Amino acid sequence: MNAPSDLLYTGDLLYTEDEEALRAAVRGLLADRCDAAAVLARTESPQPHDRELWKALTEGMGLAGLLVPEGRGGQGATHREAAVILEELGRAVAPVPYVTSAVVATETLLACAGDTAAELLAALASGRTIGVLAVGLATAPDAAPVHRRAEAAHDVPACPRDEAARDAPVSPRDEAPHGNPVRHEGGALHGTVTGVADAEAADVLLVPADGGLYAVEAAQDGVTVTPQTSLDRTRPLAAVTLRGAVARPLAEDAGAAAAAVRSGLRSGAGLLTSEQLGLAEWCLAETVRYTTERHQFNRPVGSFQALKHRLARLWLDVVHTRAAARHAAAALAAGGDEPDLAAALAQAYAGPVAVRAAEEALQLHGGIGMTWEHPVHLYLKRAKADAIAFGTAGRHREALAAFVDLPAPVAP
Amino acid sequence: MTPTAPDAAELRRRTQEFLAAHPPATTGRADFLGARFDAGLAWVHYPEGLGGLGAPRSLQAVVDDELQAAGAPDNDPRRIGIGLGMAAPTILQFGTDEQKRRFLKPLWVGEEVWCQLFSEPGAGSDLAALGTRAVRDGDGWVVNGQKVWTSSAHLARWAILIARTDPDLPKHRGITYFVCDMTDPGVEVRPLRQITGEAEFNEVFLTDVRVPDAHRLGEVGDGWRVAQTTLMNERVAIGGLRLPREGGMIEPVARAWRERPELRTHDLHQRLLTLWVEAEVARLTGERLRQQLVAGQPGPEGSGMKLTFARLNQEISGLEVELLGEEGLLYDDWTLRRPEHVDFTGREAGYRYLRAKGNSIEGGTSEVLLNIVAERVLGLPPEPRTDKDVAWKDLSR
Repeated sequence: MNAPSDLLYTGDLLYTEDEEALRAAVRGLLADRCDAAAVLARTESPQPHDRELWKALTEGMGLAGLLVPEGRGGQGATHREAAVILEELGRAVAPVPYVTSAVVATETLLACAGDTAAELLAALASGRTIGVLAVGLATAPDAAPVHRRAEAAHDVPACPRDEAARDAPVSPRDEAPHGNPVRHEGGALHGTVTGVADAEAADVLLVPADGGLYAVEAAQDGVTVTPQTSLDRTRPLAAVTLRGAVARPLAEDAGAAAAAVRSGLRSGAGLLTSEQLGLAEWCLAETVRYTTERHQFNRPVGSFQALKHRLARLWLDVVHTRAAARHAAAALAAGGDEPDLAAALAQAYAGPVAVRAAEEALQLHGGIGMTWEHPVHLYLKRAKADAIAFGTAGRHREALAAFVDLPAPVAP
Repeated sequence: MTPTAPDAAELRRRTQEFLAAHPPATTGRADFLGARFDAGLAWVHYPEGLGGLGAPRSLQAVVDDELQAAGAPDNDPRRIGIGLGMAAPTILQFGTDEQKRRFLKPLWVGEEVWCQLFSEPGAGSDLAALGTRAVRDGDGWVVNGQKVWTSSAHLARWAILIARTDPDLPKHRGITYFVCDMTDPGVEVRPLRQITGEAEFNEVFLTDVRVPDAHRLGEVGDGWRVAQTTLMNERVAIGGLRLPREGGMIEPVARAWRERPELRTHDLHQRLLTLWVEAEVARLTGERLRQQLVAGQPGPEGSGMKLTFARLNQEISGLEVELLGEEGLLYDDWTLRRPEHVDFTGREAGYRYLRAKGNSIEGGTSEVLLNIVAERVLGLPPEPRTDKDVAWKDLSR
């Protein structure tokens, strides 16, 4: 159990003046460059990511390097500032690879030693290079697929399905769930990873394989990125197929590789809460606005108690989500053991809240909420995808059970 | 706060000086508390001469820490909670100098207990519809009516009372606020037994009770506005606690889960984890609220916390009874008791389950609080009102 002093720990849960200034700048940019109509149009365009917006956020404002120390090419800020950016990106369902590149891939590289990691870290911090950790978006921090394939490979050398994988596209069913689908052989990688968010935008892929972690340039003959038809088209998924892809090692020790991937996914999970917060806040504010303006039965529909109570409850859940999100960001910034618990706690809470916010927004908008034209579906799809990203709430509750010593029953 | 308000260092110095002059080990409790009040160390944000020093409220902790470290007696704040949390701030804001001098010191030292005569059988959520009448009679008032849900009435020397002084005006405008002497022969207090078996509250019957006009708080007909101060302070008082992880109702459930593996099932595990998460997130929300207050940026979040704690207390205690299985079929004690304050931890799970049912009713029902959040925080339009401009006497009841 925790020492008594830890039981009162919460960190600073407020926003600093600098954080509010950062928020205002990002919100202003998004208001100009990323309105709902533009996001909707982009989801049906051949290029699902908004490269111009990414450029403005990163090269213009330096936001890709917030987690990276100044001496390593970044801005030397913390998870607290990155969380504020994510609130605003969530509020706009912005189609930019911020969580994937500036948080997960960056945090993974921060945990790796060596020149390759240092070079990539500086490149990602500048925003000119986009990096993506090549694991499925649904992967929870404690399910990083680093070790398992290595163990299986010792048991069954030269598995026939692996031979097939080298030449033909592999469906996810061909691989064991949560198993590591990538093999490292003679300095090159082989295998397919599905459900990789923002892989289409990636210049470099960070690929766990056979107990190691490798950097793979996306623009090479051995790499094929195939878009998948995704529920949330503002954060599109793709299958990454490696056929003898040239790879540079980032961590060859299995423990170090697993720790790096876990660290990246943990930051992704913890900070995703802030995206979910921004998303839920948009849904609430937009629904309050709509139900105040919309008249039926000679009254604004928002004057009916049945609707008021639903919106008041949602507001309360958003208030709680803000506390959980700030706590996770503060804990990640402070380091130590608390981030594991804080990220799991935040994700055990926030996913269902964001989904409910979007579902309530849709229902309380009535028929207009069901149309393609109205943006609420963009938020619903992002919220539902976020509820699976980095592990579901139930998965995080199970992780928490271990952290806080509330074990599951054992079979008799 | 006055320009010469003492800072933390000055308060610490004064407290140490006070402790040197009144060593807790050799000073009687009543003398110690009386002297503390006179030294301005009772509630430092009150004015000088009324138990305070005009210091920021947040600096009270400096004084309390020093006193606690020295083993000083306190004024048993739970026993006199209504006086401290509701009567005192109202007297401070609306009382005459004479009223402040007469009432505040015995209130704070605990010599005089206060109760609150607000709710009535016909005026619960719609408190402004109250029907207890106060009729002018010479230099005083004669009060008749019935109040209910009055904790501490059987111990109280004084009550804060709201009564109707003009039934011809719309309901919010014909109310006046008084201090009522609970020893008046026209005051009858009867215990009101609750579902827990105990009688925490009372019914209070008022028959020709005489209240001198000098015991009126605020103007005649201004009682609703005065009562808002009281009710606002009730909600502030709920806010400030700092809880550790597992510091609330979840603690006995988590303990039983750890100590008694034979009680565990998969369904209970999922529900326990869900509630554990919600309780911890609620604790963080409370802490965030506290940080906002300390930073001088109070937000609207406080108005929602009571809703959350009511629901969590009910769900967690319900889970606890179920977890205990056969033991959950038992109850510790149905004796009609008269507790001085609510004690969730001193009783068994069944008591917690039953008592928590009141959390979504007392101090504003959850339904009314949701309306308040919707209209005052979210700015949603009000329901059409049929009672605003109608004389109280013409309302349906």
